Amino acid sequence: MTALVDEELLERAPHDNSLPRVTPHRTAEITSHLRTPKTLWCPGCSNGIVTRALIDAVLALDLNDDRTCVIAGIGCAGRITAYLNWSTVHTAHGRALAVATGAKAADPGLNVIVVMGDGDCVAIGGNHLIHAARRNIDVTAVVFNNSIYGMTGGQMSPTTFEGDVSTTSVYGNVEQAFDICELARAAGATYVARGTSYNYQRLAQLIAGGIAHKGFSFVEAMVACPTYYGRQNGIPTPADMLKMQKARAVPVEKFDSEGPRLRDRYPVGVLHHAERQEYTAAYADVVRRSQEPPRD
Amino acid sequence: MAAAGPSLEQVAAIGDGPMKETPAKAKSRAPEAVVVDADLCKACGICITLCPTDVFDRDDFGRPVVARLADCTLCAFCERHCPDFAIDIVRVGDNA
Amino acid sequence: MPQPRRLIAGNEAVAEGAIAAGARFFAGYPITPSTEIAEVLSRRLPQVDGHFVQMEDEIASIAAVIGASLAGAKALTATSGPGFSLMQESIGYAAMAQVPCVIIDVMRGGPSTGLPTEPSQGDVMQARWGTHGEHSIIALVPSSVAECFSLTVEAFNLAEAYRTPVIVLSDATIGHLREAVALPLPEELRIAERGEPDVPPEDYDEVMSTVDNIMPRPALGSRYSVHVTGLVYDSSRGGTPATGTPAVAEGLGRYLREKIYHHRDAICRVEETEMEDAEVAIFAYGSVARSARAAMKWARRQGVKVGLVRPITLWPFPTEAVDHMAEQVRAIIVPEMNLKQIAWEVQAAVWGRARVVDYGRIDGKLIAPEEIQDLIRREFHYHRFEETP
Repeated sequence: MTALVDEELLERAPHDNSLPRVTPHRTAEITSHLRTPKTLWCPGCSNGIVTRALIDAVLALDLNDDRTCVIAGIGCAGRITAYLNWSTVHTAHGRALAVATGAKAADPGLNVIVVMGDGDCVAIGGNHLIHAARRNIDVTAVVFNNSIYGMTGGQMSPTTFEGDVSTTSVYGNVEQAFDICELARAAGATYVARGTSYNYQRLAQLIAGGIAHKGFSFVEAMVACPTYYGRQNGIPTPADMLKMQKARAVPVEKFDSEGPRLRDRYPVGVLHHAERQEYTAAYADVVRRSQEPPRD
Repeated sequence: MAAAGPSLEQVAAIGDGPMKETPAKAKSRAPEAVVVDADLCKACGICITLCPTDVFDRDDFGRPVVARLADCTLCAFCERHCPDFAIDIVRVGDNA
Repeated sequence: MPQPRRLIAGNEAVAEGAIAAGARFFAGYPITPSTEIAEVLSRRLPQVDGHFVQMEDEIASIAAVIGASLAGAKALTATSGPGFSLMQESIGYAAMAQVPCVIIDVMRGGPSTGLPTEPSQGDVMQARWGTHGEHSIIALVPSSVAECFSLTVEAFNLAEAYRTPVIVLSDATIGHLREAVALPLPEELRIAERGEPDVPPEDYDEVMSTVDNIMPRPALGSRYSVHVTGLVYDSSRGGTPATGTPAVAEGLGRYLREKIYHHRDAICRVEETEMEDAEVAIFAYGSVARSARAAMKWARRQGVKVGLVRPITLWPFPTEAVDHMAEQVRAIIVPEMNLKQIAWEVQAAVWGRARVVDYGRIDGKLIAPEEIQDLIRREFHYHRFEETP
């Protein structure tokens, strides 16, 4: 596992001290954790980038492969389950967090990572997001947010912005987009972060930080969908979409805003980090108390 | 309706064009090879456009061709941002 | 040493049956008339190192049950009609992905909100076809508190043996009925455990289960790398999606059906009473079977040859038992708290060899023995009934 980048350079590179250090791995090492590197994702789709960042994050934390499982919903992001070589579950649409809740509760020693698209997470899956966050159950949710429904051909999503064109908003979307990080935070998530596919190093660190955090971790990964979002909204190339991420992402410590994040300007980094009792730990206490002999 | 953000022209200007000078130190980090797996590559153009030192040219299918390896600073942007795991950077002294 | 009898309600017996079967995970949502199952398990499961969680809705409940089962736990949920409807998509997921689990449906008056506190048998066809697509299912119907316990145990055994969701169709009457029952001791029960595949992890991707060798799926987080999906998958490639090959889709679908139907002899259970010389049979299930039994006994006291055939397994439908019945009797009375849902199945299996007399009641009231007695009277209209009570 040779490091790609000069160690000296890495030492000088700015990074968030509170996040785990992630040393990106060689492509061969990355693909050794895939059943196949030949994915069905479109040319320029960032899903492959975020998949790589996820693998780098897991490797950085030196997690036991056998005890790591990825539970994903339906959509382009969900297809990650066919590619990753760890235990994976491809659930019904929107239900990944509920399935993950059952798996983690039944076996709290599992490292559970939940991958969802934006529609899977906050449209059909919205209720389960709210309650997984409320319970503060120790799973890491990574949302591949491309602001569109890709798999079904380019319909709008709850994270599509006002004015955006999609196949179900041909006159321009009239609905406000969710700030899904705010949603997760308000519901009780104790680690909330947002990163972009453009800033790979930071994204991998944010995911690693989420996995390492004991509690409900929520990482929003900004993903480019050139085929549907890009083409319908006049963005010529995948590279342009990544550049737009660079232009729009503002490190959270420099971001000040009174309202929800906009399409054109949003905070990235660790947006929220708190500690409160995690669900499976709290339930272990229930088990203990239920087995105490009854008092007189 | 939509808030005004950077224009496409402004976005296009980001990361475009080669560095005027390749620092000597950066030159010393040039890898042995940047290998592109043509079978995996989907010709998305991310590596070609976003390489800060313009190492790649584009072939007839839109896939990257290493044209200026000596300018590579081993930033590894191409390798990490290839969505198809198609790029492998071979460092000098690698026996991998 | 016989166990002491205790007065116990049907729903509580379901909960105790689950615990006895080794269930250690419940996820559910309160809904009348099933809520007692959740309440009892919230108290009992932590006592046996299990996990109880009240999820945000029934959809989340069945999804969590699937997750827990994939992680290696025996898992169940309990609900009634409206919740059962919400769970259908994931029941189909469990059937497709071969996830053992148990769903208790304590049936109430429907459709929609219906009659929340009154019994019905309106979900029996939904149990078979509620989820979309061609699939198979196992459904058991208790008609006593003792069966609430024993059939819940049986449900878990069937779920593990056939890697399938199993539905237990109780109803508001049986669920809230209290009877004096001596619950079996754990050592008296046959419990099926899941086990691991008999091939090492490196070979696991290449081996397919056959109808006669249904390999258990290893748990998430075991040495095996497990891939689970609701898409059509190729078992021999580790369960990864294979939607592009028609032969794989056909093969998987037929396997899922034969996995259960090939074993119908072991799965389909029927109780026959006084059928040796019966001229007319009553085919009744669940709480209605209690009234049917009383009516049958009344008929026998009149000297009238009536027998009772009570399906304990409703799905797969016990076609063979109906076949025998059709060869023997001239009429089959099918009383149900719905409008002919099972009578149609009986009619199809009977295939004209006997008359099928359906009788339905959907007002939320249990069919009384007297109503079935009237049907028997009509079948034996030349008989002089002495009206012995």
